[in-house]
Amino acid sequence: MDVTLKVKRYDPETDESAHFEEYQVDLPEYGAVLDGLLSIRDEQDGSLSMRCSCRSAICGSCAMKINGKSRLACKTMVSQLKELEGDVISVEPMGNQPVIKDLVVNMDMFWDKVNAVQPYLQPEGPVPDKEYLVSNDSMMELAVAMNCIMCGACVSDCTVLEVDKGFLGPAALAKAFRFAGDPRDGHKQGRLQLYTEPNGVWDCTRCFMCVSACPKDVAPMERIMDVRAMAMDAGLTNTRGARHVDAFASSVKHSGRLNELGLAMKTFGLFRAGIELAPMGIRRLLKRRLPPLMHKKIATAKNIGRLFDKLGV
Amino acid sequence: MRQHQVIIIGGGLAGMRAAQKAQEMGADVAMISKIYPTRSHSAAAQGGVQAAVSEGDSWEAHAYDTVKGSDYLGDQDAIEILCSEAPGDIYALERMGVIFNRNDDGTIDARAFGGTSVNRTCFVADQTGQVLLHVMWEQLLKSGLTTYSEWFVTKLLVEDNKIAGCIALEIPTGKVEVFRAKSIILATGGIGQVYNPTTNGLVVTADGQALAYQAGATLMDMEAVQHHPTTMKANGVLITEGARGEGAFLLNSNGERFMDKYAPNMKELASRDVVSRAETMEIREGRGIDGCVLLDLRHLGRDLIMTKLAQIYELARDYANTNILEAPVPIQPGHHYIMGGIKTDVDGRTWDATGQGRWQGVEGLFAAGECANVSVHGGNRLGGNSLLDTIVFGKRSGAGATEYANANDWAPISEEAELADQEGSIQGIFGRPADGLRSSTLRFEMGNAMNDGIAVFRTEEGMTAALNSVRDIKERYPNVSVHNKGRVFNTDLLSVLELGYMLDVAEVIAVSAINRKESRGAHAREDYPDRNDEEYLKHTIVHRGGDGDPVLDYLPVTMTKWEPQVRSY
Ligand SMILES: Cc1cc2nc3c(=O)[nH]c(=O)nc-3n(C[C@H](O)[C@H](O)[C@H](O)COP(=O)(O)OP(=O)(O)OC[C@H]3O[C@@H](n4cnc5c(N)ncnc54)[C@H](O)[C@@H]3O)c2cc1C
Ligand code: SF4
Ligand code: SF4
Ligand code: FES
Repeated sequence: MDVTLKVKRYDPETDESAHFEEYQVDLPEYGAVLDGLLSIRDEQDGSLSMRCSCRSAICGSCAMKINGKSRLACKTMVSQLKELEGDVISVEPMGNQPVIKDLVVNMDMFWDKVNAVQPYLQPEGPVPDKEYLVSNDSMMELAVAMNCIMCGACVSDCTVLEVDKGFLGPAALAKAFRFAGDPRDGHKQGRLQLYTEPNGVWDCTRCFMCVSACPKDVAPMERIMDVRAMAMDAGLTNTRGARHVDAFASSVKHSGRLNELGLAMKTFGLFRAGIELAPMGIRRLLKRRLPPLMHKKIATAKNIGRLFDKLGV
Repeated sequence: MRQHQVIIIGGGLAGMRAAQKAQEMGADVAMISKIYPTRSHSAAAQGGVQAAVSEGDSWEAHAYDTVKGSDYLGDQDAIEILCSEAPGDIYALERMGVIFNRNDDGTIDARAFGGTSVNRTCFVADQTGQVLLHVMWEQLLKSGLTTYSEWFVTKLLVEDNKIAGCIALEIPTGKVEVFRAKSIILATGGIGQVYNPTTNGLVVTADGQALAYQAGATLMDMEAVQHHPTTMKANGVLITEGARGEGAFLLNSNGERFMDKYAPNMKELASRDVVSRAETMEIREGRGIDGCVLLDLRHLGRDLIMTKLAQIYELARDYANTNILEAPVPIQPGHHYIMGGIKTDVDGRTWDATGQGRWQGVEGLFAAGECANVSVHGGNRLGGNSLLDTIVFGKRSGAGATEYANANDWAPISEEAELADQEGSIQGIFGRPADGLRSSTLRFEMGNAMNDGIAVFRTEEGMTAALNSVRDIKERYPNVSVHNKGRVFNTDLLSVLELGYMLDVAEVIAVSAINRKESRGAHAREDYPDRNDEEYLKHTIVHRGGDGDPVLDYLPVTMTKWEPQVRSY
């Protein structure tokens, strides 16, 4: 099977900027995009760098953008792509993370965010001699999130991370669910508090990108909704994160668009908004992107208001 | 120069477990791994981990199954430790957060696996290794272990036969540094890429075995290379033994369940060497399909498959274009595991700490996991015993290395000379013409030669041909060149270094295999079809001679309670 791979190349030691290079490869019937890249690296151009190991969608090394979508190169079959998306396949590094070389990105931020959700069991109380006795169902519910192989595909495609690097993001929050939902953990309340801070579960706009990107059916957005529901059940409605969403909803309801300044004030309280957001305000000012001080209604605002009422929001 | 009391090379299960133990004991520890720890090949383990936690089971029964599975080549003192510490370690992992499948009463569930007399394999669906690996990693995030991720170890530094440290290359920058340590634990995993095809990942390249061998340690039973009965033809990817554990059948082209013939009692669940040989016989005798036989899961039903074997469903769909709910999937034996490895005692020491000098080792150098050979698997490993090996002996080597570091001084290191030497050899590779020989060309040649000569069935002739190929490739190796002469994430350079490791190890495998003139476990010779306890109930040991050639010797097998018997399933 002949295929053309258009690969984005960048070597910080020699290149000013990234550029595409085209390679023709001949692959067996069940060849994956990774097999194509390996054959380029082995036979045509050994300077091509990417991460890969298991070839079976379990080590999480090989996420990259293939035809513009974040996917695992080892799980993306060339024959299917050719059939559905055409003969030329483009391959680029993941988004939302700085490129080190070619298809390799720096994932420090990814790991830092995972680390920020306290991703380890914290049991309380007496330690059993043997195992904790828990139901199979309660464990298998967590298996969905344990499926995560930390590949970064979801983070690469997340639309909120694109504009707000502070957001914890889909992978870390799916991990958060895994611990908040574990009956053996002793810090559920504290965890939920942490996860509902700004940058946490309430910042997700439910754009669905992470669900379609995830190669392991973790469906991070749904896990985020699970954590929101847990937080609501636990009575955590007056957190800064939840207020952020309330403000978000009321801003959209009343004017049909987001009043970013008002949003900040409602979330943080009028006085703290000025202090806590100062650096961001300054950054935006430098980029001339400060939200308009007078918030204008858009034309269909009324309809949007009705929509919200109808939904009972 | 960086300095840590205990340095662990490898961030898989064995390495992380060792790090955890050493940290717990108060050592200044650091872990070096050429890939981010969660990417380690331990993640690929699907089926489960063995431990006698079920009612009616006992560690003694586990030990007996393991001794028998090893075809009596396993050291029984080590096997007793493995099996008796297993339940405690599995419970410890559960308390750290592993979500194991459960029984109705909330205790850990266990499934059937090949070569075991009762259901003993604890599991998390078919993603056991991944969950174990991630939980160990979580624990190390919690304790704040110093980790050098994406650092590639190029050399062990030895002074007066004592470990002094190692040299490593930071992959994202290409910078080379010297690490000083009082003790070092090698936990670098298997040798997969020595074979083509293999179920192992692309980074599984025998680094630790070669580093130890080059530093003066001993490799033991390297002929004991295991082929797994169910791997996919397209790319060698594994279908877990858990599939047969849950009741899948093996069929030949006539639709017959042929294992009835070869292992009337255990059938599909006989030990791996037995099943791989049976499949090969069927294929040879013309009852295969395109070099494969069939694994049939249809009768297990959608519910069971989708809850306990979901990953297999996906792998078969992606790599064999088969919906296992509706059709059997073609499979064949493929390279999977090496029972042999760096010779250690039960605390991970590579040297003979009794002072009897029975084998050559390096003081202060430890090893654990697949790169080590304690020896608990002997001639053939049982499924689920390897994860257990990483957990139990990872822990023990972590303790051993910490005790050693506490009792010993730093060995001297000449940092500048070492760095200059390393830089010189990198520049040497860069200096070769860019249009020269590719490392991949030689890697495939080696992999094919090993797979042709030293696989499921072996003969003097076939193995000698493999050895000759490997030696021929070794001669051409110094001409291998790279396209990439930069420093940043230069995987082209790493491939050259990895090939060097693999060639040394391939040679030792071939030499060891040719010299075992009997059939035992995975080492099945057509020219010597029987086990010969009189002459070969002993370990093959190899160290590197002064001229660089392997030097062969033997060690007795340790027996405690189990006398060798005829092995039937
Ligand atoms: C597909 C598959 C399925 C399996 N299923 C099972 C199962 O169900 N049950 C079971 O018991 N066993 C199973 N096994 C076997 C088992 O998974 C492995 O033997 C075991 O996980 C090895 O663990 P390890 O810690 O020794 O090595 P690995 O997990 O391979 O880790 C090796 C580490 O060493 C590092 N490293 C290597 N070289 C260098 C270097 N030069 N410099 C720095 N770092 C280096 C790597 O980065 C990595 O972190 C399976 C194996 C495979 C391949
Ligand atoms: S659904 Fe939420 S977490 Fe997922 S990509 Fe969209 S914004 Fe990001
Ligand atoms: S949630 Fe899915 S896409 Fe995101 S890191 Fe985990 S496996 Fe990858
Ligand atoms: S190579 Fe492991 S996930 Fe793709």
